[in-house]
Amino acid sequence: MKTKKTVFSTILLALVVSICAQSADTLKIKPSFYEVSDYVDENENCLKCHGETKYSYSDADRGKTLTKIMYPDLIVDRDAYYDGVHRSFMCSDCHMGDFEEFPHSLDARMEDNFACIDCHGYDETYAQYHFEVIDAEFAESIHSIDGFSCWNCHDPHSYKPNMRDTEDIKEAIRFNNGMCLECHNNFSNFMLLSDKDEINVVESHDWLPNQVAHFRSVRCIECHTEINDSILVAHKILPKKEAVQQCAECHSRNSRLMHSLYKFQSQKDRKAGYVNSVILNDTFVIGANPSPLLDGISVVVFILSFLVILFHTALRIIKLRN
Amino acid sequence: MTTKKIYVYPVWVRLWHVLNAICFILLILTGMSLHFTTAEGNFIRFDISVAIHNVAAIIITFNYGYFVMGNIVSSNGKHYKNWRKNLATNLWRQGRFYAFGIFKKEPHPFPVSEDNKFNPLQKISYVIVMYLGMPLLIISGLGLLFPETIAYTVFGVSGLLLTDMLHITMGFVLSLFLLIHIYTCTLGEKPLSLFKGMINGYHDAHD
Repeated sequence: MKTKKTVFSTILLALVVSICAQSADTLKIKPSFYEVSDYVDENENCLKCHGETKYSYSDADRGKTLTKIMYPDLIVDRDAYYDGVHRSFMCSDCHMGDFEEFPHSLDARMEDNFACIDCHGYDETYAQYHFEVIDAEFAESIHSIDGFSCWNCHDPHSYKPNMRDTEDIKEAIRFNNGMCLECHNNFSNFMLLSDKDEINVVESHDWLPNQVAHFRSVRCIECHTEINDSILVAHKILPKKEAVQQCAECHSRNSRLMHSLYKFQSQKDRKAGYVNSVILNDTFVIGANPSPLLDGISVVVFILSFLVILFHTALRIIKLRN
Repeated sequence: MTTKKIYVYPVWVRLWHVLNAICFILLILTGMSLHFTTAEGNFIRFDISVAIHNVAAIIITFNYGYFVMGNIVSSNGKHYKNWRKNLATNLWRQGRFYAFGIFKKEPHPFPVSEDNKFNPLQKISYVIVMYLGMPLLIISGLGLLFPETIAYTVFGVSGLLLTDMLHITMGFVLSLFLLIHIYTCTLGEKPLSLFKGMINGYHDAHD
């Protein structure tokens, strides 16, 4: 009997310990959320449904609880939200409609979304990011069509600076290109916004040598946007006929990559007195790495060799005449 | 003075040499064009340079294999051996000849023979160029042709950068060698006699 009690106590203790010791990472509402937001509990009123793949509600008429699948575009990932730049916000800061009722009213569901410019434009706090220029560029972009807004590429529920603060440029490039490929490599998404035929990204770039290396090493926007030095990331997406197809635009001295992909790093380096150091580090681009010292040494050695040959030749001619 | 014809350049060596020379000149021209590219353009269009450079590089790589195999299976390989023997003394004698003796019409210290067609300076430079320079140039070039095979970083520095620097450096060194090689080929009995030898296979030896 005593043995049974001991076994039972041990199992119970183990259960209690395992529940208490559950990793914070497996919790839906993590303690870290409270460190970055004062509205975690308020937001849970929304996220208890919109943070899940399924939601349940009571059907008073039928007298039972129903479970439905949440439309994927309406799901907000808690981890991503509390890691994003808008993490300190309360849902109702932006979603001002009457969402407390369920089912939500038609007015609430049809509310206009804010665009970046609505909060960040014409505000000294964000002046350094030039949202007005970004907005103007987007208006001229090939993406400026009905149904296309900032949110198609930048999810406000998870947005955070990518290129600006990255320590891993390859990962930042993968993330950036993922934004484009979300539609341009997924016809189901593409056809929601365009009537054009399906694009095969690999085939349409078959002229590009070392295609895989290019796709891993540069963002789509390096070639598909017009460079604008007044903003950090160019937003004027060009028609495909105007995309860069001249290798020398990147693989050359004064490479356009220094004004796009490596802009953030090169700006920092220029402040520190270095030029092109980023390209000479782990993000080397063939042809874009002028080394004046090595080039200079090469020219001097070549000229000296040539002069020695000329001198030797002259002596031979003189001696031959004598 | 009698002239004796010595057959020192068999057909396969001459074929290898002419193909090597054509490819090497194309590689230098296109390589320089690529290296000094500006966004405004270069003296050979970038994509054309790349195409010519890649094709010439592949041909020269196979041609190099042909050269190495030829030296293994034929007696031509003997000219690239025993280069260490009396190296310092022999180099001094040959160097002194080029610096002074040649102007006094002194006889060549190491006359060409069927067993010894290179002088010590030629021998050591050809050994270094063909068995060290060319492999490094080819391996680094293949790395740039297939960049996915290059280590992303080596001790925190881009593997692509290191490979490119090696390729450019070796390209420059071998280009310099070509300049000196062409000039030294005018140092025969007559300025064009050594060039003729590489065309007809015979070296004119004078007693």
